[in-house]
Amino acid sequence: MGMTMTQKILAAKAGLDKVVPGQLISAKLDIVLGNDITTPVAVNEFNKAGFDSVFDKDRIAIVLDHFVPNKDIKAAEQSKQCREFSCNHCISHFYDVGKMGIEHALLPEQGVVTAGDCIIGADSHTCTYGALGAFSTGVGSTDMAAGMATGTAWFKVPSAIKFNLTGKLPGNCSGKDVILTIIGMIGVDGALYKSMEFAGDGVKTLSMDDRLCICNMAIEAGAKNGIFPVDEKTVEYMTGRCERTPVVYEADSDAEYEKVIDINLSAITPTVSCPHLPENTRKASELSQVKVDQVVIGSCTNGRMEDMETAYKILKGKKVADGVRCIIIPATMSIMRECSEKGYVTAFIDAGAVVSTPTCGPCLGGYMGILAAGEKCIATTNRNFVGRMGHVDSEVYLASPATAAASALTGYITEYKE
Amino acid sequence: MKTTGHVFKYADNVDTDVIIPARYLNTPNAAELALHCMEDIDKEFVKKVQQGDVIVAGWNFGCGSSREHAPLVIKTCGTGCVIAKSFARIFYRNAINIGLPILECPEAAEEINAGDDVTVDFDTGIITDNTTGKTYKSQAFPPFIQNIIEKGGLLASLKDND
Repeated sequence: MGMTMTQKILAAKAGLDKVVPGQLISAKLDIVLGNDITTPVAVNEFNKAGFDSVFDKDRIAIVLDHFVPNKDIKAAEQSKQCREFSCNHCISHFYDVGKMGIEHALLPEQGVVTAGDCIIGADSHTCTYGALGAFSTGVGSTDMAAGMATGTAWFKVPSAIKFNLTGKLPGNCSGKDVILTIIGMIGVDGALYKSMEFAGDGVKTLSMDDRLCICNMAIEAGAKNGIFPVDEKTVEYMTGRCERTPVVYEADSDAEYEKVIDINLSAITPTVSCPHLPENTRKASELSQVKVDQVVIGSCTNGRMEDMETAYKILKGKKVADGVRCIIIPATMSIMRECSEKGYVTAFIDAGAVVSTPTCGPCLGGYMGILAAGEKCIATTNRNFVGRMGHVDSEVYLASPATAAASALTGYITEYKE
Repeated sequence: MKTTGHVFKYADNVDTDVIIPARYLNTPNAAELALHCMEDIDKEFVKKVQQGDVIVAGWNFGCGSSREHAPLVIKTCGTGCVIAKSFARIFYRNAINIGLPILECPEAAEEINAGDDVTVDFDTGIITDNTTGKTYKSQAFPPFIQNIIEKGGLLASLKDND
């Protein structure tokens, strides 16, 4: 029996010819990632264990993104600790205010991650980089500390679910609608411990931003990782960007999958996850009675350039509905700059929205858009758990940038029609 | 190693945002964080929990964020063990890495009631509900993971291998 793409990368990184699902391996890491919330815990563990050096200063990425520019004194202390550790260990990929972006938009954009990599990050959405054909998974701070010290991590080789994509998305849908539809089908633990392997003719119709968004939310189905094959679009994206040479792995034709699920992209409709689990999906068109107080367009899921273009297309020359706060957060400084250059920022402000510098802020209820009791928000973020964006009695509806922008104009959840 | 205590029972999909809400994550201090453990689904938990008590929950416990603060606050509150029908994978990994014993046992998680007095033997994987008298057998950890737990967590085990 052959191996999946994920299994092939893990075998190579463990120095083995073959691995099988369930096998415990120790694999070499290409990148170890942390942010301003998880890195302080990792640094404390690293120091407590008595390590005095990192395995490779060029293979560690520390990104301040959750609470920066700092929201309070305690958050500032956490950033300071990350800054000092990065300085002391000469971490080359340290991203502070002015350079930073939301980690999972930033690392692909800056070419820090590439095809064939084995990556761990102390952030659950580290699975995003599977879009480039890498094995990439979220871990905790102790794993980050161990990874920084040794350049290795232990893994249980995952079994796989294959998603066979066919067709082409309708014009009012994007990668977000695909992944929300899948999570609605299989549930929040539908891919628990497994890899989600995307394949089929439909892959080539998806943009890189769509693929990054789809892999980003693999964790919301419980998956260890999500992964796309490397095709012309991936190569084009990586060329001139990635600092290391991409290595392309392909699934064996006789690879074993626990399940194969067919997804016809042409049949996808604008989809919304209702409170309080990402699996509670409904068609956007069925939710037109839901009145919203706030709209958030941004996050590691949907703060990329295509997402900003979609928001611009829908909001330009229009007005955000009375009583709605619309918060737009480009995910990196270079996306922010491009939004500014192209006049998007002006158009957003003219529409009555606010535009923030990159931050995870409202997605996890940190700051920059906290909800009061009873308030509802439609957001392009990734989780709608109880209290995720503020008060325990507030509600978050997850949607695509098109659905979120269209809803900002009406004040109700609205399916965007081209 | 054993723990004995009273049971706090929760449903499926207990996520890391309710175990420790992100609004408190501006500090890595475990004792400070632990004051807010389970706050968004059970305000009474931190007031009532005692050393050795056991959390029993449904499927996919610990889903969501990778924050290690989640198993850390559960451990810091004095919780001796978490028994669930299943665990989200990052939470599972983090719990082992910091030395919070967790056991997957769907039958025990289904039948044990809130408030029951329970003893968990980590060496054998035997869970005893002292209130009902029933016992359950959960799967023992593979040797690789036993080693991490015996050494007192991942980093201690790495130092030991040096």
